[in-house]
Amino acid sequence: MKPPPFAYRAPESLGEALSMLAEHGDDAKVLAGGQSLVPLLNLRLARPALLVDLARVPGLAGVDQRAGGLALGAMARERTLERSELVRRLAPLLSAALPFIGHPAIRSRGTLGGSLAHADPAAEIPAVAAALDAEMVVVSAGRGERTVAAKDFFSGYLSTALEPDEILTEVRIPPFPSGMGVSFMEVARRHGDFAMVGVAAAVRLEAGYIAEARLALTGVADAPVRAVDAERSLLGAAPDAASFAGAAQAVAQRLAPRSDLHGSAEYRREVAGTLVRRALAAASGRAAAHNLQGDLEEGAIP
Amino acid sequence: MSGAGDTISADEIITIELTVNGTPRLGHVEARKTLADFLREDLALTGTHLGCEHGVCGACTVLVDGEPARSCLMLAVQARGCEVRTIEGLAPEGTLGPLQQAMWENHSFQCGFCTPGFLMQITALLAENPAPSEAEVREALTGNLCRCTGYQSIVRGVMAASGAAPGGG
Repeated sequence: MKPPPFAYRAPESLGEALSMLAEHGDDAKVLAGGQSLVPLLNLRLARPALLVDLARVPGLAGVDQRAGGLALGAMARERTLERSELVRRLAPLLSAALPFIGHPAIRSRGTLGGSLAHADPAAEIPAVAAALDAEMVVVSAGRGERTVAAKDFFSGYLSTALEPDEILTEVRIPPFPSGMGVSFMEVARRHGDFAMVGVAAAVRLEAGYIAEARLALTGVADAPVRAVDAERSLLGAAPDAASFAGAAQAVAQRLAPRSDLHGSAEYRREVAGTLVRRALAAASGRAAAHNLQGDLEEGAIP
Repeated sequence: MSGAGDTISADEIITIELTVNGTPRLGHVEARKTLADFLREDLALTGTHLGCEHGVCGACTVLVDGEPARSCLMLAVQARGCEVRTIEGLAPEGTLGPLQQAMWENHSFQCGFCTPGFLMQITALLAENPAPSEAEVREALTGNLCRCTGYQSIVRGVMAASGAAPGGG
């Protein structure tokens, strides 16, 4: 249980880090918070020749408001985001999901970008990124900067659109419509374990009907699943048990989860349907509360 | 730390400076040495225990710049310039700090293997939230495994240390 030997560099600028990756490519691995990579090293499942530690590259850990949305540095620690009032206000779905990641001591080291780039199929942040239409800013020495939408970023089991010479530097979360109610729910064998199934839901109501719905799942496929069809089927529907059950059934039918020692495919599909139903109900309840709050505030103005 | 044309070698020894329990320390380590092994082998601070060595059990929890961290999931080189606090830093040798005293009085631990990780995690919790609810205590301790106690006595000890429990403090 000791890592195999590797070389280590802690560049002090992004340019320096990028040129290391350009030179060493596949032999190099980027080290962010290390909460996924170091276990893989300890178990000798990963054997990189070189670790490029981003901890000393300045400017990668910002938590900023930009154009009504959020610009989050890839090296922002999960615990920092969990404590952030700005994140609670502008990306409440992310705030709702963060406490489900590992344990406090994991979140104090683990980073936003690390979770996205590692792309564990049962991780929480990738599902939230999918639900929020987040954009990943990706940089390389040779080709400069490009932006990848969440729907194009996750390409399969532990794999993303990131090339070996690229670094994920920033995650942009577009403005979140006001009045959205959110919910994140998951089922795991033990609290803090990777989710067997996790569901991120957001709902906005207008005149008592669903005007917008977002739904993404983790743990049920090689990559996060955005349930676009179910979202569409909810538009204009009443936020009631029948609508939620319909959406849950639509989601569950389309899933082909894996069986493993934690749970069978059949069990995961069942749990996914149940969590979709519950998360939509919780998110709708919160959306209704937002609207009520809004009406009260408007009514208070003479 | 140059970029292009840099020859990399897995055998190189890296010099690190960090602060451990308030004392500046110097280390010469392979990059692959974990912070836990550095503390135990190089600094002889064997109070930090290693259970699973892949981030599941929490026994090796220390504080890095005040935040709880798994020292088995951190390389010693990552701790360069950091303030690390271990179980040895909670109270002078041979004495118990208030948290340790409260845990002692509540028979919080049995075999003691998980104790250092728990105490460091609880220290971080109480620094951020001096009067946690029982639910908050349990939430904060989800990442620390104890195979002896069933956790009741540990939670009781934390509540006593926080002064929140009847008769505690």
